[in-house]
Amino acid sequence: MSAASAQLNSSPTTTDAATEALPTAEQHGIKEHSDGRFGYVPVQTRSDRFKSVNVTDFAAVTGREAVWKLSPVKKFADLTAGVLDGSVYPIHASDVAGVSVDWVDRADPRIGSAGAPEERASANAWSSFEKALAITISGEEAKEVTVTRAGLGSGARGAHTIIEARPFSRAILILENTGEARLTENVEIILGEAANLTVVSLQEWGDTAVHLTNHFATIGRDARLKHVVVTLGGSIVRVNPSVQLAGIGSDTELFGLYFADADQHLEQQVFVNHIAPNTRSRVTYKGALQGKGARTVWIGDVLIGREAAGTDSYEQNRNLVLTEGTRADSIPNLEIETGDITGAGHASATGRFDDEQLFYLQSRGITEDEARRLVVRGFLSEIVQQIGSPLLEERLQAAVEAELTATKDN
Amino acid sequence: MSVLEIKDLHVSVETDQGTKQILHGVNLTINEGEIHAIMGPNGSGKSTLAYTIAGHPKYTVDSGSILLDGEEVTTMTVDQRARAGLFLAMQYPVEIPGVTVTNFLRTAKTAIDGSAPPIRTWIKDVRESMKQLRMDKSFAERNVNEGFSGGEKKRNEILQLELLKPKFAVLDETDSGLDVDALKIVSEGVNRAKENTGLGLLLITHYTRILRYIKPDFVHVFVDGRIAEQGGPELADRLEDEGYDRFLTESNVG
Repeated sequence: MSAASAQLNSSPTTTDAATEALPTAEQHGIKEHSDGRFGYVPVQTRSDRFKSVNVTDFAAVTGREAVWKLSPVKKFADLTAGVLDGSVYPIHASDVAGVSVDWVDRADPRIGSAGAPEERASANAWSSFEKALAITISGEEAKEVTVTRAGLGSGARGAHTIIEARPFSRAILILENTGEARLTENVEIILGEAANLTVVSLQEWGDTAVHLTNHFATIGRDARLKHVVVTLGGSIVRVNPSVQLAGIGSDTELFGLYFADADQHLEQQVFVNHIAPNTRSRVTYKGALQGKGARTVWIGDVLIGREAAGTDSYEQNRNLVLTEGTRADSIPNLEIETGDITGAGHASATGRFDDEQLFYLQSRGITEDEARRLVVRGFLSEIVQQIGSPLLEERLQAAVEAELTATKDN
Repeated sequence: MSVLEIKDLHVSVETDQGTKQILHGVNLTINEGEIHAIMGPNGSGKSTLAYTIAGHPKYTVDSGSILLDGEEVTTMTVDQRARAGLFLAMQYPVEIPGVTVTNFLRTAKTAIDGSAPPIRTWIKDVRESMKQLRMDKSFAERNVNEGFSGGEKKRNEILQLELLKPKFAVLDETDSGLDVDALKIVSEGVNRAKENTGLGLLLITHYTRILRYIKPDFVHVFVDGRIAEQGGPELADRLEDEGYDRFLTESNVG
């Protein structure tokens, strides 16, 4: 049977928001919270979660923790509890003026400036990496750069990446991931004043790959981050973007596209923290599920802080269930600590490609396969069109079609 | 000369209360270029007949046959029937999220013709039909039926009828929910399609109103899953005056 769950934890109204909108720990689904090792009463506000860069500050993962309860933690105990290979790995980066790609020491002052781990796999990576991959972008002219990782191997790894967009710089950065991997990592994204950066994280891993990644972004004054997560390949892939709108007038758009087929676990936990006034965020994640055991998880947390007057925020998740035997979890959470906002809303819908739609299309001569393709392509293309790189958009449309065909043949 | 023949058709549907027989032996022959109106009270099985011809999986054909130029239709898939030349204008067309009208029309036309339509004449045809149906250009880029009003959905059905050029079309209560202006526009579209392609039409309706704009050659009164009476256009006039009471008393259908 297919199942879909959705919880709406808070009221999007602006009246009495400070008192009404704070969800209780119970509503968060937190019963016994073990992140903090002390067994204390769970934190309530999203930004107050326990953080540490030191893996030993986190208790062993049980799978009951709020951040892990929807993940198959037993299947990657090596990444949460094991010793990780933190050495440098082969990358390929296109040579583009205004973009430098280097390995830097742990002492690099940018490390730790965008965030810190909130769970054990993230902290394990942070404790393990020897050098960080630093991608530094400068220059106001538009440019596109692709950084590819294809040879990570099957041993458990920890990694760290820094992406810095200097003030007023502009670029599209594509992070491509293919081949085998057992990887836990942290990616820090730092946008200087008025920088305009698009980051596309593309997971087209091999069938057995496990990838846990946290993207911590901090956005400077009037800067704009477009963040696109595309996950098609891999056995277990968990991408958790966390964006701090720290500068006045900063803006972020977070997009996600995922296609889970049989026995794939694709998860994303998104957090947008409106800290400064007049900030704007849009979160749109869309996923398709096809095949027995296909599983997706989307958790979208938005926090509008006390100082964030004039916030304009909206988040949504849509899932399209194509066959029986799949499960999509979709959990939007909205916390509002100030009444003085422009807008805040959330939406979640998980729907089947139903028999009536199929009948309608078939009654116009379109075959069942083609009808399915038409609907899925239409559904996901909203995200693909956001990327802003025609070549990549075309490639992704083709990849989505290949997913449909591949699953059908199973 | 094409012909659609329905012979002694018995159809049932699975409900929560078990299997329910709906059609009890329907016989009907429609020749190319003819307009047949099927009129009847609610629950008489009119829509079941429409959906059975189109092949909706909910309905089971227990016996009898539907022949299109001698070919058995009941064993064809839904899309095969459409490619063979059948069309159903639905009473409640569903929304198809993510698929634009333009994309949908081109995909359907390509499927039915077996090859993509020549781009220049196709775009012209689409524009022309939309204009005649008073559909704003913006419809082309909207998702199929998404956010369409009732009248817009019906116009979109007739747009497809005009462009896909079937041999036979079943219009399932296309008139319901339309105000008189929309009804005229939709009827003009149907008449235009008939003039251009000479298709045969099966017009299913509860009311006689649409028959002022689309003139039937034959009228069949449908009661309790079969045809109770048939005649020419004059039968519709009589129904307009008398209603269905006469038939309902005879058959005890409430």
